[in-house]
Amino acid sequence: MIDVVLDVISWVLLALGGACVLIGGIGGLRLPNFYTRIHAASLTDTMATLLIFTGMMLQSGFSLPTMKLFAIMLFLLLTGPTATYALANAALLSGMKPDSGVERDRGASGGVQ
Amino acid sequence: MSQHGEAQLPAVLLLLLVLAVSWVLWSGLYKPLLLGLGVFSCLLSVYMALRMGFFRNQAMMSLLPRLPGYWWWLLREIARSSVEVARIILKPSMPISPTLVELASQADSEAGQVILGNSITLSPGTVTLDLHEGKLLVHCLTRDTARELQAGEVSRRAAALERN
Repeated sequence: MIDVVLDVISWVLLALGGACVLIGGIGGLRLPNFYTRIHAASLTDTMATLLIFTGMMLQSGFSLPTMKLFAIMLFLLLTGPTATYALANAALLSGMKPDSGVERDRGASGGVQ
Repeated sequence: MSQHGEAQLPAVLLLLLVLAVSWVLWSGLYKPLLLGLGVFSCLLSVYMALRMGFFRNQAMMSLLPRLPGYWWWLLREIARSSVEVARIILKPSMPISPTLVELASQADSEAGQVILGNSITLSPGTVTLDLHEGKLLVHCLTRDTARELQAGEVSRRAAALERN
């Protein structure tokens, strides 16, 4: 009985995590410019990581792999924002204006639509 | 970089021990090759921590016990703003209003400021663009998230982490 409940919970978490990845991808295509697209990526980075790893931890139960999964999740959550910061900061320092509102990046609009 | 000699030996040994124990427990294999690689990576990690000035900064250690509570609060914040961002992305009209916010960090230590900056980046809808001398430049997806950020709850909680 408890197995079924755990299975169902982990399926729901995994499916929600997959949905977050999908929505992040859609956002990456729909949002107009670099700085707004980062927000879509952070949906994939953060929420999808949390949901998918929690789902996988429920699947593996109380065991060493669960600890490893937890450690991987923790390290992803610690290093992810640092990488995002490096990316965003590099864009800022190279002179890309963040206050360009909802305009598209020059030269970036062709591929999407 | 001249403070290398002042690094506390007990702290260095403690880190080495923690690293070695976690390697042995998590690998679960006791072949000479793997143990050798473990020794190598433990020593390399300690050397890098030394070079980065990890041991000069005692504030890191003192805020460890308060992290789980902070994480729990951050987790709920992340879940809430994720739903918000997903809704904005999926709406056909896509109601975004990108806003830049300058935020003064209430946390004094470098560790506290990094935690604050990374927490802001971690929650969808806000990204830290620049962190310089206690001032953060944050890009927000909508004006509402910007307003929420300026209310300063994240900043207050991150600063509360390092209070003794």
